[in-house]
Amino acid sequence: MKTKVAIIGAGIVGASIARVLSRYENLEIHLIEKEADVGWGVSKANTALIHGGYDDDPDKYPMRAKLCIKGNRLWHQWVKELEIPHIWNGALIVALKDEDFDELERLLERGKRNGVPEMRIIDREELFHLEPNVNPNALGALYVPIVGQIGPIPAVIAIVENAVANGVKVHLETEVRGIKVENGEVKGVETNNGFIEADIVINAAGLYADEISKMAGIDYFEIHPRKGEYWIFDEGIPGPNHVLFPTPTPISKGVVVTTEISGHLMIGPNAQDLPKDYKDDTSTTRGGLEEVWQKAQEIWPNLPPRWKVIRTFAGLRPEPTGGDFIIKAEEEVQGFINVAGIRSPGLTSAPAIGYEVRDIIERDLGIKLKEKEKWNPYRKEITHFFMLQPNQINELVKKNPAYGRIVCRCNKVSEGDVLEAIERMKFIGVKTPSVDSVKFRTKATTGTCQGSFCKVVIINLLAREYGILPWKVTLKGKGSEIGIGDVKVLLRGEAQ
Amino acid sequence: MNSTILQYDVVVIGGGPAGLAAAVKAKEYGLNVLLLDENDYLGGILPQCIHPGFGIHYFREELTGPEFSHRFMQRVKDLKIDYFVKARVLEIKNYSDLEKIVVFTSPEGAFEVWTKAIIYATGARERHAFEIGIVGDRVAGIYTAGEAQTLMDIYGVMPGKEVVIVGSGDVGLIMARRFALEGAKVKAVIELMPYPGGLARNVMILRDFSIPLYLSHKVVEVRGKKRVEKVKVMKVDENLREIPGTEFWIKCDTMIISAGLIPQVKLLTGIGVEIDPATGGPVVNDLLETTVPGIFVAGNSLLINDLVDYVAEQGELAAYGAKLFIENGGIPAEKWIKLEKGNNIRLAVPHYLSGKRDVYIYARVKKPMENVVLNFPEIDKKIRLPVVRPAEMLRIRLRKEEIAKAKDKITMEVIQQ
Ligand SMILES: Cc1cc2nc3c(=O)[nH]c(=O)nc-3n(C[C@H](O)[C@H](O)[C@H](O)COP(=O)(O)OP(=O)(O)OC[C@H]3O[C@@H](n4cnc5c(N)ncnc54)[C@H](O)[C@@H]3O)c2cc1C
Repeated sequence: MKTKVAIIGAGIVGASIARVLSRYENLEIHLIEKEADVGWGVSKANTALIHGGYDDDPDKYPMRAKLCIKGNRLWHQWVKELEIPHIWNGALIVALKDEDFDELERLLERGKRNGVPEMRIIDREELFHLEPNVNPNALGALYVPIVGQIGPIPAVIAIVENAVANGVKVHLETEVRGIKVENGEVKGVETNNGFIEADIVINAAGLYADEISKMAGIDYFEIHPRKGEYWIFDEGIPGPNHVLFPTPTPISKGVVVTTEISGHLMIGPNAQDLPKDYKDDTSTTRGGLEEVWQKAQEIWPNLPPRWKVIRTFAGLRPEPTGGDFIIKAEEEVQGFINVAGIRSPGLTSAPAIGYEVRDIIERDLGIKLKEKEKWNPYRKEITHFFMLQPNQINELVKKNPAYGRIVCRCNKVSEGDVLEAIERMKFIGVKTPSVDSVKFRTKATTGTCQGSFCKVVIINLLAREYGILPWKVTLKGKGSEIGIGDVKVLLRGEAQ
Repeated sequence: MNSTILQYDVVVIGGGPAGLAAAVKAKEYGLNVLLLDENDYLGGILPQCIHPGFGIHYFREELTGPEFSHRFMQRVKDLKIDYFVKARVLEIKNYSDLEKIVVFTSPEGAFEVWTKAIIYATGARERHAFEIGIVGDRVAGIYTAGEAQTLMDIYGVMPGKEVVIVGSGDVGLIMARRFALEGAKVKAVIELMPYPGGLARNVMILRDFSIPLYLSHKVVEVRGKKRVEKVKVMKVDENLREIPGTEFWIKCDTMIISAGLIPQVKLLTGIGVEIDPATGGPVVNDLLETTVPGIFVAGNSLLINDLVDYVAEQGELAAYGAKLFIENGGIPAEKWIKLEKGNNIRLAVPHYLSGKRDVYIYARVKKPMENVVLNFPEIDKKIRLPVVRPAEMLRIRLRKEEIAKAKDKITMEVIQQ
C-alpha cells in the first residue's frame, strides 16, 4: 500500500519536495495549488539569487544557515538535470566605508562556519578590476564566487514537469480550505474541488502557511508579508558582471544591483513590512521604488534614465515568527509537516528543503522509503528560438513551420516555442489558459515592448489550442480575462 | 550556414505604408525588390485602423486604413513584387558599403539575402505603462492603444466597458471614439501637457461623445485585484510636477495607454547607425539614407508622423535614394549642409541637405504658438503661419536653389511675428 502525500503549494518549495519524494515507490504524491499554474506565489517575484550561505547566523537561524549552503550545492546538479536557465557569476558585497570591513569580516567568519567555500575579502584594486563601474568611492568587497542566479519560475516549472513525469499528480486551481484530522492523525485535505485523501500533509503554502497550519489546529507561528520592489531595465544597458550587494544592515541584505539571467539590469528589493492581511498586495509603490533607486545608486551610480525601465514589480517575503524556517513534523497532529516561513533564502534552500522533508518522513514519521527502480532525473528545456543556430532553425521549420514564425520580436520567441509551452502547460494540468503561463515558459512579452505586439498573437494561439473564444483567455488566471466578449457585446447589451 | 541564399537589389523591411510605397516605387524604377513583413498580412498598422482619414493628400480621397493599404497591395500584386509575410528579420549585416546581408526567418525557413540597398520601414512601438512611471498592480485590463485596436478591429474582442485613456494624441482620441462607438463608457482622457496631443479634427471627437479631457493631469497609479478597478489621477504644474493634494480616483475596468510612439530601430543600432535623440530615429540625408551607406529609412521608424501620406512620400523618396545609390555606387555629395534646430523646434528631418534636390523638411515644434514666422536665416526664407502646435507636423518644401545658398548649415526657427 502506498502512503498518500498531499503537498499544499506548488511554489519552489512544494515543487522541490514533490520532486525529491517522486523518487520513492511507496508514495503517492499530490501537489495542490490554488493558482492556475505553478510558481505564481512568492516564488514568482524575488531577486532570483542562489545565495552563498554566509548571511544566515547559525545560532539564531540554524535551519536557514544549514539549508542555504546545502541548497546552493544541490542547485549545481539540479540546474543541469532539469535544464534550468542559470548563471554562476558570483557576488560582491561592497564596502563603501572603512567600518564596512568589520561587517565583511563577520560575514566571512560566519560563511566559514556555515561551510561556504572560496570566500575572501578583496581590495579596491581587485574590485575595480572585477567591476569597473561600481561606485568610484568603493573601498573593497567580500567576494563570494559560489553565488548564482536562476529563472525562479522556470525553475518551478522544470521541477514540476520532472515530478509529473515521475508520477506526481498536480491539482491546479485547487484551494485547500480545511484539513481533516481524526484522532490526532491527518486524513486529507478539503478543497474547492473536493476531498483529497492523504496520510501525510505537507504545508508548503508560502505566505499562507500560517493559515494552513491553523486548519490543522497548530497556531504557534504567524506569517507576515514583507514587501520588496524592483526595477528592470531595457536590454543593452550595461549592468554589473557580478551580483552586487551593499554591506548588509541588521535588518536587510540591502538593495541588489545585478544583470539578471536574461541580460537586463535589475535593481531591488527594499523591505517594507505590511499588515498581516496584505498577503496579496503585490502592488508597486512610488515610495518603495524611489527608495530602491536611491539605494541602488549608492553602489551603482550609472543608473539609466527612468524611461529605460521596462517593468517594475513587487514580491512579498513570508516572514515567520522567530525568523527561522519552520520545517518539522508536528507532534500533535500525526502526519502533518509544516514547511513554513520559507523567506529568503528559500529559493536557494528549496532542493535541500526537499531532502530535509524526506528525512523527516523517514525519521519522524517512521516510513521506510523504497526507491523506484526507474526514476528519471532529467527534464528537457523547451525550445528557445533565440538559442538556435540557423541550421537548427531550418531543420525545425521543415518539421513544423511554426518554428519559423516569430511571435515576440523583442525576445525572438517563435510560434513553435509558444505551442510547445502550451503542450507543457497541458502536461502538468493547466486548465485555464493564460498569457503569463506562456510568458514564464518562453519569455514572450518580457522585452522592450512588454507584449504590446505579441500578446494578441499569443491570446489567439491559446484560444485555438484550448478550443475557447479569445476573450476568455486570461492574463493570469480566472478573473483576469482578456476581454468581456466579442466587440459587439456591449451594443447587444449582453455584458455582465 | 544552412540558410537559403537569395539575391536582390533592394530589400524593404516592413510592409506598412512606408515599406509598401517604397517597394512599389523601387519596382517601378526597375529594381529587383524583396518586401518582408513579420505580420500575417501586409499593411502594417493600417488594416486595424478602420476609421477614415487616410490618403487625403496621396490619393486625394478620404479612405480608411484597410482601403488605403488595399490600394497599395493591389500595386504589389500587379507589379509582381516578391514578398514574405510572417518573416522576421533577425539581423542586418553591413558586409561593405555596397553590399548588405539581411537574415530573416519565416515559416518557409531561414534565409540570407544579399542586397545592394536596404529600405528600413519597421514603424514604431508604443510606450507602455511602466515607461511612463505608473505604479500599482500588474493586472488585466491594461492595454496600449494599438493593442486594444488590434484586439477590437482585427480579432473582434471587446477589452472592457469602462475606459480611461492615458494620452490625448491621435491614437488615444481615435480609440476613445472607437470604444464609445461600441457602447463602452469612456470616463476620461488624461493628458499630461496643457494642450491636447492630437490633430484638431480628432480633438473634436471628445466633444462629439461628451468625453471629459483632463489637461495637465497624469495617471500615477492603477489598482485592482485581477483586473483594473480604478486609476489614480493627479494634476501637474507648468513644469509637469505633480501638485500634492490634487489626486482623485476614477473607477474603470480598462486603462488604455496612448503615451506616444518610439521608432523601432534596434536592428539599425546594432550595425552602428547614428540615432537622433530628438526623433528616436536615424540621422539621415535628403534621400533618407542613414549614416551607414546604402541603408535608407522611411515612415515611423524615421520619425513619428501624423499622416500616412507623409509616410508613403518618405517611402517613395527612400526608393529613389536606393535607385541613385545603386546606379552610382553610393550617394555622391561633395558637402552636406546641416539642418540646425533653432527656437521652438523640437525635431527636424532630414538632418543633412545636399542642395542638389528639393527637399521636404518634416519638423515639430516644442510648444504651441500663434502668428509666427518660420525663419531660415541663412537662406533668407520666411514662412508665415497662423499657428504651430506640437501635435501637427510641419512639412516645408525647400528648393534646391534655396538650399544651395547656405554655406554649411541652415537653421530652422519659429519666431513671434
Ligand atoms: C522580494 C523577495 C526577494 C527574495 N529573494 C530571494 C533570493 O534572491 N534568493 C532566495 O533564495 N530566496 C529569495 N526570496 C525568498 C524566496 O522567494 C522564497 O523563500 C520562496 O520562493 C518561497 O517558496 P514557497 O514555495 O515556500 O512559497 P510560494 O512560492 O508562495 O508557494 C506557495 C504556494 O502555495 C499556494 N497556496 C497557498 N495557500 C494555498 C491553499 N490554501 N491551497 C492551495 N495552495 C495554496 C500559493 O498559491 C503558492 O503558489 C525572496 C523573496 C522575496 C519576496
